[in-house]
Amino acid sequence: MKILVGVKRVVDANVKVRVKSDGTGMDLANAKMAINPFCEIAVEEAIRMKEAGVADEIIAVSIGPQVCQEQIRTALALGSDRGILVETEDQAEPLAVAKIFKAIIEKEEINLVILGKLSIDTDNNQVGQMIAALCNYPQGTFACSAEIKEGKIEVSREIDGGEQTVLLDLPAIVTTDLRLNEPRYASLPNIMKAKKKPIDIIQPSDLGVDISSNLKTLGIETPAERSAGVKVESVAELVDKLRNEAKVI
Amino acid sequence: MAILVVAEHDNSSLKSGTLNAVSAAQQIGSDVNVLVAGSNSRAVAVSAAQLTGVVKVIHADNACYEHQLAESVAPLVAEFGKSHTHVLAAATTTGKNLLPRVAALLDVAQISDIVEVKSEDTFVRPIYAGNALATVQSSDSIKVLTVRTTAFADAATGGEAIIEDTDFGVEQASTKFLGETLSVSARPELTSASIIISGGRGMQDGENFVLLEKVADKLGAAIGASRAAVDAGFVPNDYQVGQTGKIVAPDLYVAVGISGAIQHLAGMKDSKVIAAINKDEEAPIFQIADYGLVADLFKALPELEELLTE
Repeated sequence: MKILVGVKRVVDANVKVRVKSDGTGMDLANAKMAINPFCEIAVEEAIRMKEAGVADEIIAVSIGPQVCQEQIRTALALGSDRGILVETEDQAEPLAVAKIFKAIIEKEEINLVILGKLSIDTDNNQVGQMIAALCNYPQGTFACSAEIKEGKIEVSREIDGGEQTVLLDLPAIVTTDLRLNEPRYASLPNIMKAKKKPIDIIQPSDLGVDISSNLKTLGIETPAERSAGVKVESVAELVDKLRNEAKVI
Repeated sequence: MAILVVAEHDNSSLKSGTLNAVSAAQQIGSDVNVLVAGSNSRAVAVSAAQLTGVVKVIHADNACYEHQLAESVAPLVAEFGKSHTHVLAAATTTGKNLLPRVAALLDVAQISDIVEVKSEDTFVRPIYAGNALATVQSSDSIKVLTVRTTAFADAATGGEAIIEDTDFGVEQASTKFLGETLSVSARPELTSASIIISGGRGMQDGENFVLLEKVADKLGAAIGASRAAVDAGFVPNDYQVGQTGKIVAPDLYVAVGISGAIQHLAGMKDSKVIAAINKDEEAPIFQIADYGLVADLFKALPELEELLTE
């Protein structure tokens, strides 16, 4: 079985990001960059399947500028076998990303795609579902468990009221939620070994995909800040304030 | 041309998020249709028809829609979406699962989690866990949008829309529904509760949540939790309030033993009134709380329960 995982380069989750003063984007100059945390969970899940003997090869894909090779290298150090960088300086919107994935899935004859449910920068939560639509594959989104069973995959999904379990034919798309697994760290020997693993660099046009988008960002602004209120001295004062001042109880 | 809202339901009643999605649709244009896909779901179509401003309910009642799997419902929504200018659904786990699949079938972009309608083609949405708001314009022929439910009021009832049945059905065998474990609670649902009391890592273990439950029962409140409390296994994951859990905006949010990580704040900072109880006076939650009490929650919660009984 061949697994494709997506690794998006995003600002590190611990960096406090701010809007640029001219409202054209986020100020990410010199910010630490990392693999999107949900993508890390996807890589980990693929590695566990390989370790369990149900997967043969893991291909890590990233879409973006040359520097995204850093995130592919990390995925290789964690246990992916090879990488593909689809190089573009322009931000690819989810639909274009899905089209790129579809082209790679067909070219590489992929059986299972594991992606993060969303990236912590754009917060779209779209790509996995879009790939599933374009390929007419089943989808197991927001997965908190995934298990290969007799040529199918059983996925438990985090839904608003609890959990839902579905059984999907392969090929299928799985997107990860936070509790699917706890990603490992790459060991130094594996980081060294990863330097020798191959990364193919291709262009969206090589896959026949046009990444232009009909979406235009007109501006980005900082939301209204909420300010601190008052400290109360006792539970009785809290109840009094909620009852008589805020009038919410 | 009209706007299509995809209803969310459990085959017997309409979920509250649909009311918010219908309100958002009404801000875009006046001609709003609702699509109900389900099985033995007539009651849902009838309640959707009673929403003010809804012109027509399209009702697809077919066994293949029983569990509303995206693989079955997306082709239906895409088929009817073609004759609409906008397709909307609530940004719940159901809407988030379904709508991108619809957008890709229509070969258009989706704009996720809108919090404001600027015009028929321009919308505001949070990015970077709510640290920024992006204004996005779409030139697609059909705009596919998920709606942050807390940002739009509930649509009123009192309308009398026509119900049109369709026998459009897509059988698909590649996805099999195996089961669902849903939390059963007599308390209100998190996303529609007017009061929420949430516990964090400070609760120390799951059994201590009974202290929160006693207060919640006095207030008629829903119970939530921070990601830390869910990851520690204190409560199930559907309790989680935050960027990757549920986004809530009740009249009163009481945060107990929650430090206030940015991911948690992103899920509750639009609450009307926030009260926080934490023994650490430096906890970031106090920077956004209207009322802060520095106290040991194990003393404060029983006292709170007692005072609410009076």
